[in-house]
Amino acid sequence: MKHLLSTADLSHADAVHLLDTAEQMAATQQREIKKLPTLRGRTVVNLFFEDSTRTRISFEAAAKRLSADVINFSAKGSSVSKGESLKDTAETLQAMGADAVVIRHPASGAPHRLAAMGWTRGAVLNAGDGTHEHPTQALLDAFTMRRHLAGGTGDLAGLRVAVVGDVLHSRVARSNVHLLHTLGASVVLVAPPTLVPFGVHGWPCEVSYDLDAVLPQLDAVMMLRVQGERMNAAFFPSEREYSRRYGLDARRLGLLPDHAIVMHPGPMNRGLEISADAADSGRAVVLDQVTNGVSVRMAALYLLLAGEGNDT
Amino acid sequence: MSHTSTYLLRGARLPDGTAADLVLTGGTIAEVTGAGRADVSGATVVDADGLQALPGLVDLHTHLREPGREDAETVESGTRAAAAGGYTAVHAMANTSPVADTAGVVEQVYRLGQQAGWCDVRPVGAVTVGLEGSRLAELGAMATSTARVRVFSDDGHCVSDPVLMRRALEYVKAFDGVVAQHAQDPRLTEGAQMNEGEVSSVLGLTGWPAVAEEAVIARDVLLAAHVGSRVHVCHVSTAGSVEIVRLAKQRGLPVTAEVTPHHLLLTDELVRSYDPVYKVNPPLRTAADVQALREAVADGTVDCVATDHAPHPTESKDCEWAAAAMGMTGLETALAVVQQTLVDTGLLDWAGVAERMSLAPARIGRLDDPALGGLAHGRGLAAGEPAHVTLYDPAAAWTVDPATQQTSGRNSPFRGHQLPGRVVATFLRGRATVLEGRPVPLPEVYGA
Repeated sequence: MKHLLSTADLSHADAVHLLDTAEQMAATQQREIKKLPTLRGRTVVNLFFEDSTRTRISFEAAAKRLSADVINFSAKGSSVSKGESLKDTAETLQAMGADAVVIRHPASGAPHRLAAMGWTRGAVLNAGDGTHEHPTQALLDAFTMRRHLAGGTGDLAGLRVAVVGDVLHSRVARSNVHLLHTLGASVVLVAPPTLVPFGVHGWPCEVSYDLDAVLPQLDAVMMLRVQGERMNAAFFPSEREYSRRYGLDARRLGLLPDHAIVMHPGPMNRGLEISADAADSGRAVVLDQVTNGVSVRMAALYLLLAGEGNDT
Repeated sequence: MSHTSTYLLRGARLPDGTAADLVLTGGTIAEVTGAGRADVSGATVVDADGLQALPGLVDLHTHLREPGREDAETVESGTRAAAAGGYTAVHAMANTSPVADTAGVVEQVYRLGQQAGWCDVRPVGAVTVGLEGSRLAELGAMATSTARVRVFSDDGHCVSDPVLMRRALEYVKAFDGVVAQHAQDPRLTEGAQMNEGEVSSVLGLTGWPAVAEEAVIARDVLLAAHVGSRVHVCHVSTAGSVEIVRLAKQRGLPVTAEVTPHHLLLTDELVRSYDPVYKVNPPLRTAADVQALREAVADGTVDCVATDHAPHPTESKDCEWAAAAMGMTGLETALAVVQQTLVDTGLLDWAGVAERMSLAPARIGRLDDPALGGLAHGRGLAAGEPAHVTLYDPAAAWTVDPATQQTSGRNSPFRGHQLPGRVVATFLRGRATVLEGRPVPLPEVYGA
């Protein structure tokens, strides 16, 4: 593995290996001294063209616990805001000796361009590109499901997972559909038809417009963040109607099987896609997801920078 | 024109498949006779054995970028590329800076074309002032200017206001003009990046749905029928558009349509690379659309192949997809792509190529009027016609390398593709603009 750009690129073996590695990383995080010397002397650049404090901090913590040097590059207030191109920014960072570039970018495919064009020689980790993918989010979601529902080993065969909400604009949904399918889970997307992508018939999943009908068969339900502004583009009539039809509230929580977990990539819009009852219930594993994010990102950085075949 | 030699094109294959000698002298085709029969003393003999002769190609849709974006292309470099691609006339689109919406600008573009001497430049006039879609430009002034504009288009923008479109269709009847519509509903394509379909859903790129093109074409065909005007549809790209145009023609409505070479060969699968060289408007569609477009050219539903040659400076494509400019170069690859997609597949013969790439576009742009004399195009290869001739070798395969092309644009989507044939020579009014595949500059003394 040279880059981590998309979960669609991950084989079943790659994905399970990543999760197993993350499990090892998680074990080290139980120790009093959490820092490992693995990436000492290596430089990881967090190249963020979009505000995302959570993801950036998670990557920063992961890199630092592996003893890498971390440079945070935020596009705001930098030369990018003065019109510098992605190419020039990347080549500049390359000239400073970046071993890995963690990139968050509003344009779908920007990490692919970075990796394909040779603008950087380092490993490229996609930390979310436009409405395309967010592979480490899907990996931490899979890791969380594996721990809660599959004994913490192997894949997710036989599990049924719903991804609910604004699938059209969600990079989290795309990455999850690919990865969950690869790991053997069955996926159902639940959304108003306006927020289901036009070409979804080619995706390895089912689609439903009826959340109540889907909930009783689930092992996990993943609520996506919905931006209230979407109603201005007629994706739905009002926040209230969205919440009534697709929000996870106390009544719907009761429709889930007893063992099912509630997930959310954060940040949550309480009262819109998820009620306080659901968010704060014992089934919600939202904070586990955050914790697991560090382990998964440690695993990704480790495998890209120090893993098999990458020793230099 | 004293610098024009007499040329004897020996043994060329005519569009009807027969072999012939062609004698070009004094700017006209002096003689077309059986192969090996012509004997003209003092003529420059071109061995055309095995070469396909075609009437000089006419492009109905070219972006020459000048005035305003000379960093992307100039009239000189763009028309040199056109000559290299076998063209003797191009219609220069109006989306320059300033916009070609006045007699002054179209006359400037026309004159730059004459000065460059590579091929005739027929400016396209903007339909609306500044391409802004709110007020009609002075179409009549452009029509009666020395540029003699007959094709009007806001290309790059759709004339989406139905009332404005109706008025434009009506108004140009007074001078036998035609409105060439860039069919794109603006609301249905806000932020659109690529064809809306399975690939866009996976790539997370905002979709450009086929219906946004088809709905406008359907409306315009009905508007044209209502007011009794002809309408031309730029770059049709979907199977549904083809169906609408086919139906309209069956009803006898005065609609014509063009397709680009890239829409005849490439599909949206290429976008999976996120390489902006494949970013174009209208976007690359699906394999089913490509097949429907090929069949539409074959059966005449689509009248002509037009390049939509759209050069961009390197930095406009050397970036992430969303930031990149839309457009592809095409003048120097069009004929070879047509051979690959239509001739070699058995869908079209060379007479059909002559019709779709020379005669039909000239007719739509009213360039076939004999009153134009040597400035007339698309009149075929008969004795007495202006000597606009293209010689093409359908067996000379080559690999496209944008760095060696005549256009200033490096954004060829066929980069690295092998194409089956290439232009050997182009003659404009009997002057060789291209010989042995290379451009022949005008002598220094010309015009002195």
